[in-house]
Amino acid sequence: MTILAIERLSIAFGGVRAVDNVSVSIDEGLVFSIIGPNGAGKTTLFNLISGLYVPQDGRVRMRGEDVTGLPPEQLARRGLSRTFQNLQIFFRMTALENVMVGCHRHETVGIFPSLLHLPAVGRQNARTRAAAAGALDRVDLSAAADKPAGNLSFGDLKRLEIARALATEPKVLLLDEPAAGCNAVETGELAGIVRGIADDGITVVLVEHDMRLVMRISDRIHVLANGRTLAEGTAAQVRADPAVIEAYLGVHGSQEAARAVG
Amino acid sequence: MLRHTADRIPAVLRRPFVQRLSAIAVIAVIAIVIPAFFPSTYYYRVAALVFVFAIAAIGLNLLMGFAGQVSLGHAGFMGIGAYAVAIGPTHFNIPSWLSFLIGAALSAFVAFIVGRPILRLKGHYLAVATLGFGLLLAIVFVNEARLTGGPDGMLVPRPVLFGWSVRGTETWYWIAAISFVFGAALAANLIDSPTGRALRAIHDSEVAARVLGVDVAKQKLVIFIISAVYASVAGSYLAAFNGHITPDVSGFLRSIELVAMVVLGGIGSIAGSLVGAALLVMLPQVLTFLHDYEQMVLGLVVMGVMIFLRAGIVPSIAAALSRRRA
Repeated sequence: MTILAIERLSIAFGGVRAVDNVSVSIDEGLVFSIIGPNGAGKTTLFNLISGLYVPQDGRVRMRGEDVTGLPPEQLARRGLSRTFQNLQIFFRMTALENVMVGCHRHETVGIFPSLLHLPAVGRQNARTRAAAAGALDRVDLSAAADKPAGNLSFGDLKRLEIARALATEPKVLLLDEPAAGCNAVETGELAGIVRGIADDGITVVLVEHDMRLVMRISDRIHVLANGRTLAEGTAAQVRADPAVIEAYLGVHGSQEAARAVG
Repeated sequence: MLRHTADRIPAVLRRPFVQRLSAIAVIAVIAIVIPAFFPSTYYYRVAALVFVFAIAAIGLNLLMGFAGQVSLGHAGFMGIGAYAVAIGPTHFNIPSWLSFLIGAALSAFVAFIVGRPILRLKGHYLAVATLGFGLLLAIVFVNEARLTGGPDGMLVPRPVLFGWSVRGTETWYWIAAISFVFGAALAANLIDSPTGRALRAIHDSEVAARVLGVDVAKQKLVIFIISAVYASVAGSYLAAFNGHITPDVSGFLRSIELVAMVVLGGIGSIAGSLVGAALLVMLPQVLTFLHDYEQMVLGLVVMGVMIFLRAGIVPSIAAALSRRRA
């Protein structure tokens, strides 16, 4: 069943069509990767889906509902969350507090009970803390719970963003280059985490440059180049597609590749 | 579904009520004990002023230190509170306590109206817009002379509460001290709540807060209104305590002074707001022997604090202490 449908989406920045008439249909529970050379429009597409940009043309539908142009906070309430390529961490809070913010949309106490610290606030805080600890556990960061986020390593911060987004209990999770800057061990752990998230029924949309990771964990791959759709299919299909090889390696490179394989 | 692992959370984070308010309890004890060392009522007067300004500073600190939004017009809300307790009883025969509440409600309402458009602005633009708001209110207080007495200001009738006439510097000291402790407790409660976490998140990354479902515009507006009410309450106390009020209460210099209290004491530190208020209220009194050079030395002290204790007095000292312990 399609959970997220992107229909003929377009946006231009000063004449450059960063995303040009792209349509993608994503089935529930998959790891769906979007790949493409630098400047292909992957992150722009993410920003359009997550409400940070408003498309000039086209529609975004979540579970059939038209969500085009909704601000991010309303998309979060409908079950869509994301991480960022260049980290957006709450550096002055601990790792656990970062994740607790992710629970915000499930928190129900109002401003006056909060000011007076009525018992409901204490109960809410305990629930939030437990849920946040669970999300941290899911990305193997429990040991860092009480550390200030500013003291964590780059790889840990990447996973912290995933935990924070998971705490919103999303239906669809957009991961923007989660493996960028991670070493081989961290990337290996990440593969397991992402697969685990998808196995729990959360649809994962992944933008990633690490092709080994993409090929290993993706159920389906969509290839962009110069803002347009180039190809879509399973890992094996995409890998064998001459147009994809050409986009990544250039015409000359694709000839070399063909010779090497043949 | 997320697994529940509450039992694995260290005890530090399960902060009970008492522990969360420990700093405030210390301040309360100091407020109770310190009058024993006051040689004259003059000291009560200065201490009362410190607590009154500290109330306004806490409110501004919630806005600046936790939500990360600057306001250079906060004395405007002090002005609303101050003129409410002056105008209400004088012109409309409204009792002081009710005028006090009307002033707070009016400040909240004004914050709600002006906050929606100006809180969309960021950084310097927000600073200039709030500055304009403060100047605007000061001009209103000067020009509405029929109600406010114009630039000369007006007398503030002595408040009467249930037949008890509030008078005496010592009484005002206790009112200011108790109100401060109450205000500080409310602020500490707020920080340790879903709203508090959302505000701190906004301070570090608005875009991340938004994708996690935080309604950034709403949260900023809520904290702007709360901080306006704090300033209004402080303004009402100041007016009733002094018995006289002029448009200076909402002037630009007053707004800057409030910002300086927050920054000097420590942005994001509730105890810091008290320390900042104490510094800026007491230093001019201590430095009066310098006559013409008083302002200059005050400026130098402020510069010195900012250069050597950049995070503000309380956070810098706390950091130094924890380094020594480690």
